[in-house]
Formats: sequence, C-alpha cells, structure tokens
Amino acid sequence: MATVSLTVNGQRVSAEVEGRTLLVQLLREHLRLTGTHVGCDTSQCGCCTVHLDGKGVKSCTVLAASCEGATVTTIEGLAPEGKLHPMQEAFREHHALQCGFCTPGMIMSAVDMVRRKGNDLDEHTVREQLEGNLCRCTGYHNIVKAIQAGAAAMKRKA
Amino acid sequence: MYDFDYHRPGSLDEAAAMIAGKDDVKLLAGGMSLIPALKLRLARYSDLVDLGAIDALKGIRREGNTLVIGAMTPHAEVAASAEVARAIPALAALAGGIGDPLVRNRGTIGGSIANADPAADYPAGVLGLGATIVTSRREIAADDFFLGLFETALKPGEIITAVRFPVPQAAAYCKHPQPASRFALAGVFVAKMAGGVRVAVTGAGPSVLRFEQAEAALAKKFDPSALEGITLAPDDLNSDIHASAEYRASCVVVMARRAVQRASEARAR
Ligand SMILES: Cc1cc2nc3c(=O)[nH]c(=O)nc-3n(C[C@H](O)[C@H](O)[C@H](O)COP(=O)(O)OP(=O)(O)OC[C@H]3O[C@@H](n4cnc5c(N)ncnc54)[C@H](O)[C@@H]3O)c2cc1C
Repeated sequence: MATVSLTVNGQRVSAEVEGRTLLVQLLREHLRLTGTHVGCDTSQCGCCTVHLDGKGVKSCTVLAASCEGATVTTIEGLAPEGKLHPMQEAFREHHALQCGFCTPGMIMSAVDMVRRKGNDLDEHTVREQLEGNLCRCTGYHNIVKAIQAGAAAMKRKA
Repeated sequence: MYDFDYHRPGSLDEAAAMIAGKDDVKLLAGGMSLIPALKLRLARYSDLVDLGAIDALKGIRREGNTLVIGAMTPHAEVAASAEVARAIPALAALAGGIGDPLVRNRGTIGGSIANADPAADYPAGVLGLGATIVTSRREIAADDFFLGLFETALKPGEIITAVRFPVPQAAAYCKHPQPASRFALAGVFVAKMAGGVRVAVTGAGPSVLRFEQAEAALAKKFDPSALEGITLAPDDLNSDIHASAEYRASCVVVMARRAVQRASEARAR
C-alpha cells in the first residue's frame, strides 16, 4: 500500500491504494464519486471517462498511483453546485440518453472534444471523435446533436 | 489484476537501475496495452516502473533533416503537432488514427513499438521511414528492431528513449481498420526517401514487414500504376475471424496503391 495525493474536483485528497488500484476505483470506492461508471472494464466503452490534468482518459485503464500530484475532474466536478454545465444542459435539452449509463463518460468526452477540436463541430467530426465512447441504446443521433449544441453553448458562456 | 509494487522514478538513470537484471519488473508507459493485459492476468510482475514522471522522455523536435520524438510522447501530441505536420504529415495522420481520442491521450510511441503488436500502426511508420530507435544503451535501426510476434530487439532492462525519423520527400499511411478496435487489418506506410522507396506493412503478418516487390516497382516509377500486377503471397500472413490471409494479401495491395496516391497528392501541393 502507498499513499497517493491528488486534486479531485478542486479538493486536495489523499488515499491509501495498492499498486494495482485503478483511478476509477479510487474515485468510486475511496472517494464515493459514483458518477463515473465502469462499463466494459476493458478500455473500450468510455463510460469511465474523466479529465486527468485537463485531458480525457479512460479511468479504468489508469493506475491511481500514476495520478500522484495530478488534477482530476469527474462529472460531479464539471459544474458548480446546483448548476448544469452547458454540455450537460445540451444533453438534457436534446434528450441525448435513454438508460443514461454511458452519459457521464459521453459528457466528459464531449468536453474534451471541444478542447481539442473547438466549438464549431460538424456532425462528421463529432461521430469520428466519439469513437471511444459506446452507447447501446440511442443510436447516437441525439448525442451527436447535443454535443454540437453543447459545444456552441460553451463558446457563448466563455 | 495481480498486485505489484509501483515505482515512479524521476530520471532515466533511476528507472534503468530499478529494472536492471530483474525479469519480474516491467516498465509502464501509457498503460493502454499493459494494463488490459494485466487485468486479463496474461502476465504477472512483482514491480511496475512508471516512466510518466521522466520529462526527458517527452517531446518532439526537429534536428536538421531528422524528426525526434521522445518515447513518452502520447499519440494525441504527435497527431496535433505543428512540427510533425510540417516534417512528416503522414506520421501525424497515422498517430491521429490510432484507437480513439481517449486512448491517444495516454498511449505513447515508445510503448507502441516496444509492444510490437502485429496490428499496431506505429511499427509501419517506423519501418516505412527507416527510423532509428534510441535506447538507454544504443541505437537500433528499424530494420533490425521488429523480430516477430510481440518480439523486438530490446534486451531485458533496455529502455526506449526516443525515435529518430528521417524526413522523407513524400509519404503516406493507409489502413483498413478492424471496425471495432481500429487496429489495422492491413496498413501500409509508403515513403519516398532520398535513397529509394520503402513500403512497410502492418496487420497482415506476424510482425510488421517490408513489401520489397512494391518497393522495387515504386523506385522505378512512384505512381499507383507501378503496382499493377504486383501481389503479396498470402503464405505467411495471418488468418483469423476478421479476415483470411488471402483477403489481407489483397487488402495490402489496395492500401499500398492508395498510400502512393495520397503521397503523390501531398507532394504536389
Ligand atoms: C481501445 C484501444 C484501441 C487501440 N487501438 C489501437 C490502434 O488502432 N492502433 C494501434 O497501433 N494501437 C492501438 N491501441 C494500443 C495503443 O496504441 C497503446 O497505447 C500502445 O500499444 C502501447 O503504448 P502505451 O504507451 O500505452 O504502453 P504500455 O501499455 O504502458 O506498455 C506496452 C509495453 O511496452 C513496454 N514499454 C513501454 N514504454 C517503453 C519504453 N520506453 N521502453 C521499453 N519498453 C517500453 C511496456 O513494458 C509494455 O510491455 C489501442 C489500445 C486500446 C486500449
């Protein structure tokens, strides 16, 4: 066991972890931040997407110990208490979900997409860039629309 | 995953000392291949040495007619780099086509070539451009590096520090991706260098390989038409649930033609 210290959603936290403890286990089991989901646990589905030092990563495939000194943002930390982030609001507005299991990962991945590709996203770009996030309900149609709208709304907010 | 002791050295020397002479100790880069393998209990190590805190292994720079990419540089950084786009746009495109954006934010060039997955993309770029692999001990030519299925010339305890790519006159990479994983069912990297043409094929055989017949034809005439009538023997190629060896052989020739076309267009611009 070793101690890992990092900043999660703006708060300094420390936890005792094993070498093999995954970032997603640290978040869900140690810090009780259960908004980040484990879907496939094989690095495919993207349900566990969080931001590590500002970049989207699959937290089921990152060791907690590798995050020493890092800054992590989860779906719980995306917007201030009581408010929705523009991307969350766009998912609600466009009904970009059915069961909702993939939604936290979709939203974290969408915000990372805006960081990389900007606020003006065409449909083709969104579909290509969503390669790492699987949804088994919606057929993606409303997710794509929500991401385009959310990206534009993030610009208006900024 | 079996448990292990985790280490995070701050320098290459420290990392090298930690793994020297120990079979049971494994290097960790982006973890995008190693962590899934550990989860499946395909391997077990007493210790993992994370290269993530060694800044000297990161970054991209141009040195004359050579592009140098640090071993720990993630795929996303290579894909987005203005330096790579100027020097070898085909390499930026290759990196931008690996897996998905989240994998590209973590996975590294050093990890990819050390892993030597038979369907990985980077080995095609490294062999196709005739790059040099720089390690903690020596320099290894790409032609001597990839030895077989998940097998490289790296010795136990040897750490890749960077890859040096000669800047080509023209180059392009085309892959037919396996639709679920994005790994190459067949991927072909074509490069026109001062000294001739190189064609490297990934995804088709047990390890990345050079397509010599195509190289000879393209050296005479760097045009897709030069590949007419040229075939790759399926004898030593892979057959699996995704594609037969014959399909892969045919796919390689199609990808090679497209890559030459793309390289010629990029050059004309
Ligand atoms: C969903 C998914 C899709 C993917 N799709 C593709 C794809 O389409 N194409 C593709 O090419 N790849 C793909 N990959 C693999 C990805 O590119 C990996 O990032 C890469 O193969 C390994 O790099 P890594 O930095 O993650 O290495 P790790 O997983 O950390 O390490 C891999 C191996 O390399 C060794 N190693 C790492 N760094 C060094 C070093 N500097 N010196 C010596 N040895 C070292 C490690 O000990 C280990 O054996 C995919 C992966 C996932 C999870």
